[in-house]
Order: sequence, then structure tokens, then C-alpha cells
Amino acid sequence: MRLNHFACAAALLAATAAALVPAPAQAQTKTLRFVPHADLKILDPGFTTAYISRNFGYMVYDTLFALDGNGKPQPQMVDSYTRSQDGLAWTFVLRPGLKFSDGKDVTAADAVASIERWAMRDPFGAALKNAGAQWAGIDAATFRLSLKRPFEMVLDALSKPSSFALVVLPQRLAQRPTTAPLSEVVGSGPYLFKRDEWVPGNKTVFVRNPGYVPRKEPPSGLAGSKQAHFDRIEWLYLPDSNSAVAALRRGEVDFIESLPADFIASMQTDPGMNLQSSGAYQGQLVMNHLHPPFDNPKVRQAVLQAVDQERFMAAIGYPPNMRMAHCATYFICGSPNETAAGAEPYRKADLARARQMLRDAGYKNEKVLLLVPSDVTYLNALALVMQQTMKSIGLNVEPVSMDWSSVTARRAKRNAPDAGGWSAYATVANEFSANSPIANIYLSAACGNTLPGWPCDQRLDALRAAWLYETAPARRRQLLDDFQRRAYETVPYVSLGQYQAASVARKELKGTDKLWAGIPNLWVLDK
Amino acid sequence: MSYLIGRLLAALPVMAVVAVVVFLLIHLSPGDPAALIAGDLATGEDIEKLRVALGLDLPLWQQFMVWFGKLVTGDLGVSIFSQVPVTQLLAQRLEPTLSIAALTMALTLLVALPLGTLAAHRAGSWIDRLVMLFAVLAFSVPVFLVGYLLVYGFAIRLPWFPVQGYARLADGAGPWLRSLVLPCVTLALVYIALVTRMTRATVLEALHEDYIRTARAKGLGVLPVLLQALHNAAVPIATTVGMGIALLIGGVVVTETVFAIAGVGRLVVDSVQRHDYPVIQSVLLISAGVYVLINLLIDLSYRFLDPRIQY
Repeated sequence: MRLNHFACAAALLAATAAALVPAPAQAQTKTLRFVPHADLKILDPGFTTAYISRNFGYMVYDTLFALDGNGKPQPQMVDSYTRSQDGLAWTFVLRPGLKFSDGKDVTAADAVASIERWAMRDPFGAALKNAGAQWAGIDAATFRLSLKRPFEMVLDALSKPSSFALVVLPQRLAQRPTTAPLSEVVGSGPYLFKRDEWVPGNKTVFVRNPGYVPRKEPPSGLAGSKQAHFDRIEWLYLPDSNSAVAALRRGEVDFIESLPADFIASMQTDPGMNLQSSGAYQGQLVMNHLHPPFDNPKVRQAVLQAVDQERFMAAIGYPPNMRMAHCATYFICGSPNETAAGAEPYRKADLARARQMLRDAGYKNEKVLLLVPSDVTYLNALALVMQQTMKSIGLNVEPVSMDWSSVTARRAKRNAPDAGGWSAYATVANEFSANSPIANIYLSAACGNTLPGWPCDQRLDALRAAWLYETAPARRRQLLDDFQRRAYETVPYVSLGQYQAASVARKELKGTDKLWAGIPNLWVLDK
Repeated sequence: MSYLIGRLLAALPVMAVVAVVVFLLIHLSPGDPAALIAGDLATGEDIEKLRVALGLDLPLWQQFMVWFGKLVTGDLGVSIFSQVPVTQLLAQRLEPTLSIAALTMALTLLVALPLGTLAAHRAGSWIDRLVMLFAVLAFSVPVFLVGYLLVYGFAIRLPWFPVQGYARLADGAGPWLRSLVLPCVTLALVYIALVTRMTRATVLEALHEDYIRTARAKGLGVLPVLLQALHNAAVPIATTVGMGIALLIGGVVVTETVFAIAGVGRLVVDSVQRHDYPVIQSVLLISAGVYVLINLLIDLSYRFLDPRIQY
């Protein structure tokens, strides 16, 4: 009996020991393990503005044009294009050999259907429509754009890298109703989505697309060759930052897309790690223009006068070299559209002047209901500093704490603040969602818009349209300045400053210098 | 048998009440999945269109009838975010959760029963005090802290186990076990503390019974006496272990989060955060069913552990 017990115990120990011996590495599959900034929920980048769905789109789909490392549009699926002298007629020819993952050729009809689907949702698409855009296929590889008025930004629109990036789908999918997201994924991008290995909330797997035809040019930004050096890319969603950083240190993952501010200092001094900027972000205070007190532009100006951007950015927690003391432009400092027009009075926060402006505006102590998300650290920090700022100039502010999903639901309500509505909330936007009068959603919203906050100024609308359709560069610049000047007068929203988000990769990961503007163009990486 | 059928039938109204309560709780809480799906920069119009497409604009009773109608035919619905069937999501999540639950409970019984019995045998001695000190500490230290300490010690400093992730059993017993050691030890500490205290108390009580005194007087050895006492103390221990298993299956969110294991617990939390109604409703209903079932199994086990109990 004792012998049996001993034998059992010995067998158990042996089995345990055998189990703990690491399994042999899988046969030569070069894998990149990437920790994305969020969990992938929606597989349709044309349906949601969530960046994670856009990033998914760049993995499995391709775009007609793409921005290079200098922010200039370059042909991607397009082989060549022509533009008529007057700018009203454009012809595009697709590269030969492009194939979808179902084996079918990519045709001009697919491109046209995809553009038409995109134009239903995207502000750029709407602007093109307003210019009388008509798209038509000519033959299998050629399609045409005709415009009623010149539109200088055709290529910028087709290559836009923000939410609703224009990816090319098969015609049969692009023509489906847009009331629900597409769940079928048929792309012609550098990677294929492995649906059978997808664990929502945990893991998304891609394998190299054997049918992908890369361009000849070297990779630059989102343009050029997408060589896809890895056989397999795994997106591992690790919601706990400590675990993600520990997994990176241990070598279980190679790259963390969004590094929380708390870990920046330790990663900067770790010789095995490569820390880099992952794009510029702008803090934003969105105010409800429908109800007092923020229906009054003078009250909005008073809040703008009180904002010390440095304080807001410090509260988010990024080190001084990753945040700006002050950024005067609405259109991202360091971007081609940076301008200081109209910003001079607000360059320095002045609480005494803000209090006076509030009195002059005729503020009647109306309640300001500030939505404070409790579950998103950096948004919580912005809201708390805003609460203090508003209080310090005499606004009757009442914070309402809730989770972010509740904020997103509440902000859609048009009711007065004391009837289930709201007055203000803080958020952030990536540089590509802020860097021009058309890309910046709170500045691109024309009167009659359904955007939370409902900003409306007809002069601003006229200036935006004039800028969009102007063709002379000097005049466009002038109109951009005029637009921002007017924005500083009517204050569609308040910029709370600009910071650089951080990502971190293990040193052995090659090509991280080619990562660009916070969009994970993972095809440039290698090991 | 009639007892078993009676208990199963009695579970039906309980489940129906759970279904109604879960539905109301989730739908009446603030938050809107349509707003989350549409994304940060979506307009109110976009969100409203989506609400209509998802059927969220219907009166609450109609939404309930649609859901309940599908439920009785065995259709748990589809995640409104990922469009993946709930049954598929559950199938993906059950293996890690059941593995964690089984291994944690095995570890718990392996450590807690001898430890609690030893403490009862040496009640009042330094061994007893040491065991109780360990139990108090193991129960008091937050699970996430234990997890981080174990990761630091046994995944970073001594790279024996992975920091995160779950390896499926189909990929080999070795990787499977390696991926489970740290999360299971982390979780087991709490249950070991609980079961050790329960075992000590019940065995100690049994050791003071007359039949044990008689057995000792007749010269029975220490080990047989303790085994007899443990056997007689089994009913309350079985209750504690059973409820522990139910809790483990219901969700061990902190451990699953710290070790990035996609189990049922994280599925519930993620779904609640994003208001993914079909997933939350189904998982909570199934969890309630598991509670009812485990309660039934515990009650049935009493009969085997103590033949005096009759139904």
C-alpha cells in the first residue's frame, strides 16, 4: 500500500516536472506580439470612429492612396492618376495583380463602391459630395472622378489616416446597408485576419497575405512597400498595464502601443527598451452650445481665457519633454496647418480677466454640469482640473461622476443640463482628428450638425467652405488663419493643450524608427 | 430521484426571476452600447440609427420578449459588438475558467485539508498559531498584490513561468500547466486560508466528541483518529469548497486581468463595461444556473459524506 502511494507520488512529481519543462519552440514562425491600445470589438473600419478598428483596417485592407512620412499623399493601390488642367476631372488606374483574400481581383468597381460607402460617413467624403463628386468605373482597372467645382484636397481625402480611413472592400460588401457593421473580412492588405483564432477581449491573429503585392518604393509613413516581414502578428490585449510591461520585460510581447504615463520613466532608463512617441494628442473641452451658460460665446471665451494648458497636460502625467507648455493652434503644433492667428489674447491664462469676462457676459450663475469619467485616468484628470478652473473664475460647476460609456450616452442628449442633459466634458483627439478645419470634427461640424455639443456659426461654415474649395496656396493659408481667428471668437471647443503619447518596443525589434505618427504600420517592423 | 427532479423543477422559477432581474438591471443602468459602437467621434444621428438597427429603440418589454423568445429555443444571441455568437464566446472562455477552477480547488484541498487537520490536532501550539497566521495573511492580502509579487518572483526574477496568457490543453499539458501555475497559486491562497480555517474548526469540534475519545482510549493511532474526525467534519467543508467552485466559475476577474487570461470573469466585466446586453444576460443567467447546480450537488454530496442525512 505504501509502495503504491510512493509510486503514485513519484509519477505525479515526474509528470509535473515534465510539464514544467518548456515546450520546444514552434517551427520557425516569425511572430510579432503586439499589445494594442484597446480591445478590438468592431471589424469594420468604415462603421466606427474607434481607432482600433481603423488600425485593424490597415492590417487587412489596403488604401488607394496613403500619406508618406512627410504627410504627403502617395499612390498605394493606385498605379497612376491624371488630373485635368481645371482640376475637375481625375482618372485613376489600379496597380496590376491586386487580389482580395477570397482570390478575386480588385477592380475599379470595388474601388468606386468603397469610396461611395466611405463618403456616406466621412466629413471629407461629404465635402467631396458638396463639390459635386461623381465616381464611375471605366474598365476593370480604371475609374474616374468628375467634380463640379475644383477641390484641392482630393488626394488628402482618399489618403486620410484618421477614423473612417478609406479602405477598399469588395463591391458586394461595400454595397451592403450601412446600418450594421460588416462582420465579413475580405481585404487585399498585407495581412489576413485569422477569424478562427480570434478571441474577442483577448487575442487577434493575423498571418501574412501570400497574395499581397507590395509597392516597389521603400516604406514611408503609411505609404510605400508593405513587406510584411512577420509570418504572424498577434495582437494581445493586456488590460492590466503592470502585466503588459512585465510581459514586455520578459520578452513575451515585443511592442506596447500605448504606454501609460506612469511607466515612461522606468522604460526610458531600461537599456533593453526603445521608447518612442506614438503621435500627438490634443486635449479638448467640449461645451454644450444649446443651453446656458455655454450658449453664450462670451462665456466660452471666459473659460478659454482661464485655461492654463500646462496644468492640464501636467495632470495627464506625461513628462515635460512629452507635453507642450502651450499650443496656440487648433490644428496641432508641428503640423503643416499650425497657425497662431487669433490666439494672442489667450496665450497666457488670466483668471482675473476670465472672471471679468464672465461678469461682462452676463452670466447668471446657471449650473454647469461637468461630466467626469471615473474609469479613464487621463480624462478623469482633465475633468478634475477643469472643475477647479471653472470654479476659480466663478462658474457654478457641478461635477457628475460616471463611467466613460455613460458619458458617451449622456453627451448625445440634447436636453437642458437639469433635465438629463449636460454642459461640458473633456476628451482627447489624435493629431489626424484635429489637424485641419475638415479633419477636426468639432471644427468641421457645420450648423445643423448632430455632433454632441452642437456648435454652430455660419461665418465659420463659410470660411471652412472657402478654404476647402480655394486652390491658390497663399489664399488658402489666409483663409486658414481667418478660420482660426473666427474659431477663437466663437470657441466651438477649448483646446486643453497638446502632448505626445508614448509607445515602447524591445530593442531587438528592428524598424521602430519607421513607425509613424502613432498609427501601428506594423509591416515596417522586423526581428 | 423524486428529490432530484423536485429540486430541478424548483430551479426553473428561480432562473425565470434571475432572467427578469438581470435584464432589468442591465437595461436600466446608464450607458448606451450604440454610442460605444459608433465611437468617440460619432454624431448623435449615427448613434440613433444604430439604436434602431440594434432594436434598442423598442420598449423594454418588447426587447425582453425578443431576448426571452430566443432564449427558450436555446439561442443565446450574438454579441452586439463583435457579432460573434454568445455560445462561441462562452466556448472560448470556458476552458481557461474551468481549468483555473479545477486546479485551484485541487491545490486548495491538497494543502488546506492536511494543514487544517494538523492545526486542529496541535490546537494552541506554535504550529497552530503559525497556520492561523498564514491563513489570516493569505486571506487579507489583496489578490492582485499576490499576483504581482508572484509574477515578479517567478516570472521576472526566476523566469520559470509566463507572465501572462493561457495555453490551451490541446497545445500540450506542459504549456497548459505552466500557464496556470501562477494564477492558480494566486487564487488558491485565498481558498486555502478559508478551507484551512473551516477544517481546523470542524475537525477540532469532532476531536472533542465522545466517539473520538473512545477510539483513542481503545488505542487507535493518531492518523486514523484524525482521518475519522476529518471524515465526520466533511459536510461543512464540502459546502465551503462547493461555494468556492461556484465563485471561481462565476468569475475571478482580478486574477484573469492580472494574468491576461480570457476567462468567463473577464467576459462578464468587459461586457458590462460596454453594455453588450446579449453577452451579459446569457453569462449571468448561466452563472446563476451553475450556482443552482452546484448547490444541488453539494446537497447530494451530504448523503454520501454523512449517511445519517436522508432526503
